[in-house]
Amino acid sequence: MLQILFRRLFLGFVTVVVVSMIIFAGVEILPGDACTAFLEREAKGLILESCREDLGLNRPAVERYFDWAWNALQGDLGISANGKDSIASLVGARLGNSLLLAVCALSIGVPLAIILGIVTGLWRDKPIDLLISTSVIFAMTIPEFVSSTVLILVFSAWLGWLPGIVLTSASAPISEFFPEIILPVVVLSMVMTAHILRMVRSSVIEVMGSDYIQMATLKGVPYWRMVFLHALPNALLPAINIIALTIAWLLGGVVVVEVVFNYPGLGRMMIDSISDRDLPVVQALALIVATVYVFVNLSADMLTMIANPRLRTLYTRK
Amino acid sequence: MNKSSIIEIRDISIGFTGRSGHTLPVLRNINLTVKRGETVGLVGESGSGKSTLALAAMGYLKRGLRILEGTCHFKDQNMFTLGRTELEKIRGGKLGLVPQNSGQSLTPTLRIGQQLTEALRLHSKLKSEQYHRRVLELLTQVRLPDPETVVVRFPHELSGGQQQRVAIAMALAGEPDALLLDEPTTGLDVTTQAHILELLRDLAADTGMAMLYVSHDLGAIAQVCDRVMVMYAGEVVLEGTTRQVLKAPSHPYARGLLASIPKLSDPHLPSALKGRPPAPGGAGNGCAFVERCGIASEICRSTRPSLASGPGNALVRCHHANLSNRLSMTPDGKKVCNADPNAEPAIYLDNLSIRYSKQSLINRLCGKKDISPATVDNISITLTKGETLGLVGESGSGKSTILKTVAGLLPPANGSIVFGDGENLPREVEQRCPNHLRRIQLVFQNPDDSLNPRHTIAEILEQPLKLYFSLTGQALLERSTELLELVRLGAHYLDRLPSQLSGGEKQRVAIARAFAAEPDLILCDEVTSALDVSVQAAVLNLLNELKQKQGTTYVFVSHDLAVVRALSDRVAVLYQGRLCEIGPAADVYSTPSHPYTEVLLNAVLEPDPDIRPKLTTDDVVELAPPTQGCPFQRRCPRKLGKICDTENPPWQQKENGHSICCHIAIEQLESMQFEEINIEPASA
Amino acid sequence: MTVSATAIPQNSTLDHFSSILRDVLSRPSGAVGLFLVVFHIILALISPYIAPYDFKEMNSTMMLADPGINHWLGTDHLGRDVFSRTIQGGREAMLVTGIATPVAVIWGGMVGIFFGLVGGRLDEVMMRLVDAFLSLPWILKMLLLIVTFGTSILVLVPTLAFIYGIPVIRIARAATQDVVARDFVSAARARGNSRATIMRRELLPNVLDSLMVEGAMRWSWMLLAFSSLSFLGFGVSPPTPDWGLMISDARGFMSFAPWGVLGPVIALSSLIIGINLTADALAKSLGIDRAQKATV
Repeated sequence: MLQILFRRLFLGFVTVVVVSMIIFAGVEILPGDACTAFLEREAKGLILESCREDLGLNRPAVERYFDWAWNALQGDLGISANGKDSIASLVGARLGNSLLLAVCALSIGVPLAIILGIVTGLWRDKPIDLLISTSVIFAMTIPEFVSSTVLILVFSAWLGWLPGIVLTSASAPISEFFPEIILPVVVLSMVMTAHILRMVRSSVIEVMGSDYIQMATLKGVPYWRMVFLHALPNALLPAINIIALTIAWLLGGVVVVEVVFNYPGLGRMMIDSISDRDLPVVQALALIVATVYVFVNLSADMLTMIANPRLRTLYTRK
Repeated sequence: MNKSSIIEIRDISIGFTGRSGHTLPVLRNINLTVKRGETVGLVGESGSGKSTLALAAMGYLKRGLRILEGTCHFKDQNMFTLGRTELEKIRGGKLGLVPQNSGQSLTPTLRIGQQLTEALRLHSKLKSEQYHRRVLELLTQVRLPDPETVVVRFPHELSGGQQQRVAIAMALAGEPDALLLDEPTTGLDVTTQAHILELLRDLAADTGMAMLYVSHDLGAIAQVCDRVMVMYAGEVVLEGTTRQVLKAPSHPYARGLLASIPKLSDPHLPSALKGRPPAPGGAGNGCAFVERCGIASEICRSTRPSLASGPGNALVRCHHANLSNRLSMTPDGKKVCNADPNAEPAIYLDNLSIRYSKQSLINRLCGKKDISPATVDNISITLTKGETLGLVGESGSGKSTILKTVAGLLPPANGSIVFGDGENLPREVEQRCPNHLRRIQLVFQNPDDSLNPRHTIAEILEQPLKLYFSLTGQALLERSTELLELVRLGAHYLDRLPSQLSGGEKQRVAIARAFAAEPDLILCDEVTSALDVSVQAAVLNLLNELKQKQGTTYVFVSHDLAVVRALSDRVAVLYQGRLCEIGPAADVYSTPSHPYTEVLLNAVLEPDPDIRPKLTTDDVVELAPPTQGCPFQRRCPRKLGKICDTENPPWQQKENGHSICCHIAIEQLESMQFEEINIEPASA
Repeated sequence: MTVSATAIPQNSTLDHFSSILRDVLSRPSGAVGLFLVVFHIILALISPYIAPYDFKEMNSTMMLADPGINHWLGTDHLGRDVFSRTIQGGREAMLVTGIATPVAVIWGGMVGIFFGLVGGRLDEVMMRLVDAFLSLPWILKMLLLIVTFGTSILVLVPTLAFIYGIPVIRIARAATQDVVARDFVSAARARGNSRATIMRRELLPNVLDSLMVEGAMRWSWMLLAFSSLSFLGFGVSPPTPDWGLMISDARGFMSFAPWGVLGPVIALSSLIIGINLTADALAKSLGIDRAQKATV
């Protein structure tokens, strides 16, 4: 058990290292560097040289990679291309906001998805399943900016119930994000609910068709006791992994929603830094998002392992 | 309704709606009564509807099925009119079920103790503090050693036999009046099977429970049942006492079925039933068995026979029950024996050893040597041209592993494989040249898995022909057709896909593909275990016929001792990847034998109520061979003492190349076993 | 006793595909989905010839006009006909993704099948690389490449094909591993077939089903990505009509001219839903459980 844990941790770490190399190499290959961005495109000659000298950009790439990676390991993500702000502090506030959004969306989406997934799975092919399963395809496939736009149109432009965009500044306290945060949360939970629900539904259907559920029925186990005690512990195991993927997505990939609602999270910071060609920030963000992704997935694997006796016990017979 | 009957099924028909919209019956007009203290056997091949009937007795139908007519009573209650809560009270309570595959029928996330306690909570009047004691009692009752540890185990941590016992214990928790057993021993090793059957027989005797025992295996039925019903294509075709049905069956199907079972006491090849049963709804107006029957006449085609009293008071569904004794009911195929000890050798396996486990990276870096015993060790066998070597052993004995190694799919850790002409065979497939590969062909257990579902039969057969002989065009087509005819399939099979063939036909194609390479050696890996007995007989006959025509050398692996006997010239017995005994079939199957062979032979279930298996050792499943001494030391009923644990037993030679690997001297073994001999009284 | 329907007889690859198509069409979701997809493809092909107005034709006297006889969906803030722009707004997106999808599925599929067959160390290293790549959000990868190389079709097609091919590697590899464990692959190895032959003859036909479903899904995700990029201002450059860009432009006037967003919203959604309904029906027809696949 411990051995597996260490092996997984090690592999996760390897993945993060590989990611950091990809990020570094990717940014390196792109034309331009922090100095060209900082000094505008026209900067040539001496100024550029001295800037590069200052930032140590004329050293070999490998050397700079190790420098960067070593500092990042210690929590120092460098400074932004504007030359003054420490990236760590810039990211800090945004990460908090992204977390707020993610937590709100998760606390609505996950329970909803699991409950509806179980309902649709148990009443498979009944009207309620058809209704929910069809709406789910809509929720899952309509682009986020489309659903956001429609929601803003209805609730903000026509009905005037909710603010359409977030005006609160990035570093404001959490309480000030309400009620502006409601619409983005709705959009995000819609998408994630759809994905998790489908997974839970098919998993419930699979488990309800298994031999041990048939046996439980024939053993005289009352229906709901069977569902909760025999079926769900098995059916919900695969949901752990997809919830992890969702968390990773919420913390790094919700660029479009953040832009539509003008929400000051990591996604918008990412797109802004790319537009500004603020490469140190891009690198730092990519590294953070990738690390979150790797370790959220790792935790999900661990959790599955703990929850599933087949994986937990090493002593297994054929 | 009769007072003493516990389960009473009246004229039941069950069916489903087919693609065409017609109702297709899977069960037709079945009557079944099980009385208190009685064990009734329900026997039939796959698709005969026996499991559907057993589940219907519990008031349960699989998705898509529905009752067309008839009733199912348990005691006084009509199972299909009961409400959910009433059903829940009966199921698992007074009416218990032991399912087919306990490994998959126990909830994987609950411990054994929890699942048994649940059964008690639902179906017993005990107080909660008494549960634990009762659980231990139940586990002891089903003869599980060390119940305290079993209680905290999860299902996957138990062996197949242990899981089956837990399932029985669970059914016993409700103190049932009747127990339904759905293929409870299928898929278990012979020794385990015999143990479970003994347990069931004792339980029936002790508790007076009524039992309905569903199985395809007449051997198991013979051991436990008082009465037997034979099912065919959704009908009962024969019903009578076990003795009537197994000793003097009056239905042609039952006779054919018996003749298709290879028997340990009979070295003849089983005879196959031709054709296959009709699909649901395909039986037409006449007798369902008419196409396969040897004594069918005009009336059999036009009128469906009714189940009527026949010879010896058994109930028979046949117009010509009186004529059925014309049909043979014993295997009478003639086995071809090509074994000639003076023939040229075909292949040598020299001191093969095989390891599955790879060393961990850390151990390798530290330079540690792997000291765990090899999965398969010390296998030295010489095969002569034209002979058939049977390889028997229980699951985990390494028999399939050896085949994979010979085929090059799994490189050996040590030892070599050499052709009879002295050519050394490289260890791995990738290093072997096409001619090496051509000379050894492998036929797999399950044709569903070994034939690519996306290729037509023509494409499947063409592969070796193109690869080894560069055939094209007309020559290719001719040779493919020839091969199909060799395995008794016609050229019209060429453009079919495997999914359009029956199991037996698929296995024939797989065999044809092996013969396409014109190999020196064919490796058969449990080639008949996925098939019904009547189909198995046909495949055995085919292999036998090809052996005669082509002079092929086979290595025939099986867990079924009787099947191995039916086909093999020589037999090798494996335990935990080590050879115990090797010699001519007749010698291995008679005394003296290695203690393990003896255990296996004693445990075999014959379809004869007069031959009972003898249990001489526990059915413990060992996970790894011992590090030193005799591999069978932990289970051996004739263990001498310390010498068995510490020293490798010597090979002792007898006449005919029969040798036994044991510390006990051969003469001594012979006299020990002579006293107890009863497995082969006449034919040995 | 199994109550399942008997297998549909299928004697050649062509029959195989036509029987799949029939099965897809027999499902309501498949029929609706396929109708939507085919409708959009035809529309994309013929729209330039049936559009009432030139999509770049501006009319400063008719800015943000209400829907009417002349302009069925009104006009946008530059006085261009929204209807004409809507029916042509998917052309670029469908062209780019229509080329990039098969490229992604083919290269990702081939690499995935290869590593699924080979296994071992090489496979492990490859999977770490794939994992690492997938841990970065798609939009970051897309944007970095687009910002650097521009948004011409020549850049977008390979970029999308590259980025969306990588998750295909995973799917193809997983599907291959299921097949590799089966005996007919062992049989081919024991027979002495080369790796290339095994990949082509034994593995590909059995992995193809998964790849087809995967291709449909990749297509819908690529469209999503493409339109999201235009929406963010990183995609198609004006005045080319594009749904994402049109929605983005019309958002500002949404409170008094909502029809500006409705046209492209409905067009884009119907196409993507159509693709997904088709993919769903296809997965059901082929017996692949689509929901079990992780979304990446």
